[in-house]
Amino acid sequence: MAGLRLESLRPRVLAAVTLELGAGELILISGPSGSGKSLLLRAIADLDPHEGEVWLDDEPRSAMAAHRWRRRVGLLPAESFWWDDRVGPHFPKVAGDPSPFRGLLGDLGFEPDVIGWSVSRLSTGERQRLALARLLAQQPEALLLDEATANLDPANRDRVESVVKAYRREQAAATLWVSHDPAQRERLTAHGGGRQLAIRDGRLEPEGGGGSWA
Amino acid sequence: MGLILLSPFDLALASVLVLLLAAMSWWLHLGVERRVLIAAARSTVQLLLVGLVLKVLFEQTHPGLVALMALFMLAVAGFEALQRQKRRFRGPWGYGIGSFSIFVSSFGVLALALTVIIRVEPWYQPQYLIPLLGMLLGNAMSGVAIALDGLTRGAWDARGPIEARLLAGATWEQAIESIRREALRSGLIPIVNAMATAGLVNLPGMMTGQILAGSPPMEAAKYQLLIMFLISAGTGLGSVLAVWLGSRRLFDERERLRLDSDHVRRNYLDEVAAFRETYQRECFQSGIDYVPLDTSMPFDKALLEYLLSRRARC
Repeated sequence: MAGLRLESLRPRVLAAVTLELGAGELILISGPSGSGKSLLLRAIADLDPHEGEVWLDDEPRSAMAAHRWRRRVGLLPAESFWWDDRVGPHFPKVAGDPSPFRGLLGDLGFEPDVIGWSVSRLSTGERQRLALARLLAQQPEALLLDEATANLDPANRDRVESVVKAYRREQAAATLWVSHDPAQRERLTAHGGGRQLAIRDGRLEPEGGGGSWA
Repeated sequence: MGLILLSPFDLALASVLVLLLAAMSWWLHLGVERRVLIAAARSTVQLLLVGLVLKVLFEQTHPGLVALMALFMLAVAGFEALQRQKRRFRGPWGYGIGSFSIFVSSFGVLALALTVIIRVEPWYQPQYLIPLLGMLLGNAMSGVAIALDGLTRGAWDARGPIEARLLAGATWEQAIESIRREALRSGLIPIVNAMATAGLVNLPGMMTGQILAGSPPMEAAKYQLLIMFLISAGTGLGSVLAVWLGSRRLFDERERLRLDSDHVRRNYLDEVAAFRETYQRECFQSGIDYVPLDTSMPFDKALLEYLLSRRARC
């Protein structure tokens, strides 16, 4: 549905980033900790002051109210925060449907009654998966994922990967995925499924240096 | 029943009680004798000065002088409100938001009281204006300080959830809503409590004063009621304004949560200083040498220097 284009985006600690993602395209980003991966995603979501412009298809970010932009370009931070005691209020309201997102929650390994759970009872892994569910439930047109599977066991990691893949296909959502796991980056970009970029010395470059991207 | 005038001797007699209090603090090792004496001396000087200033002011009834006095009181109130906040807004905003809110609420309510309710002639007659303003300012100051402190502290503690709400597409007002409500509530509770218990436990200060000065108790009660209502309105208005302005200031034009990095730095430095102090004290108590070092100093060199200095001491 939407491509994402970064134009001279300058988060703190990074040189200006210019990058284009087609609709539904996947880019995996790696880099040492503290290199600015998370800051790049925060800048795209417009959470920190910085220079540069981002386009969602042909709509510039600066022409859009910030809250509308963040709803359309969804960021999943590495650490999820919750503003209510229950899981339910974190999901968008759907009129007339007592258990919306049943399919989404099921794909991530949850029963529909998770909506009534108390947030303080959730494990770290459950929080991470529910944070993804809550993000996808608001139907963003582009996805920014920061270590989306860092606290998950292999079975749940596979669930998350396939849920994101399905969402990306169905919604044709451009996806930027920060991952420190080389196996995951290989797996997700295999067979032309996506590109890999790495942050080195404050620059975003093709992984391995020999990549072909323009 | 007229006013019984107090002689300096009467006051000196009363001050002996404070001296006794200080002596007791010294005796019981409470460690507050210095503070008691300084506070007592401060209040003596401040109140006598205010008495003198008001005496001049009452004799003149000059609008310029009254305005000057009012401005001075406002400046002090704004400063005091700032002092009571743990996490302040940076730069002029820190002082500006509190002072502006106190100013608008106190002076607004005061103008209403003088011209519409009490109908003083002329409206700036200092005998009415200054005491009323003092009570309005004092209470608005407390309310504003508590509310702003609650707001900035709440936003700081909940910065994660606030950003999570922003990421979920909330506007800045939705993201700060619950913290704003909490801050406002805490700013209003003292004055609501004061209204609810007024007269049951202690007689409010102004009513006490009027009764001592010989006013009929019913008149004093009516005045006190008027003041209570004015004060609650002023405190409420000031708190609402401060919280609204403050929460607006917490976000920038792109609805990004803006917590001054100054705080982070200052908090860090404070904590490091406290940590070092603890070590220094405990080392000293256990008879261990405490030598602070910079990380730029190579360890072997530092150790050598220390050993040399220790040998020199022996």
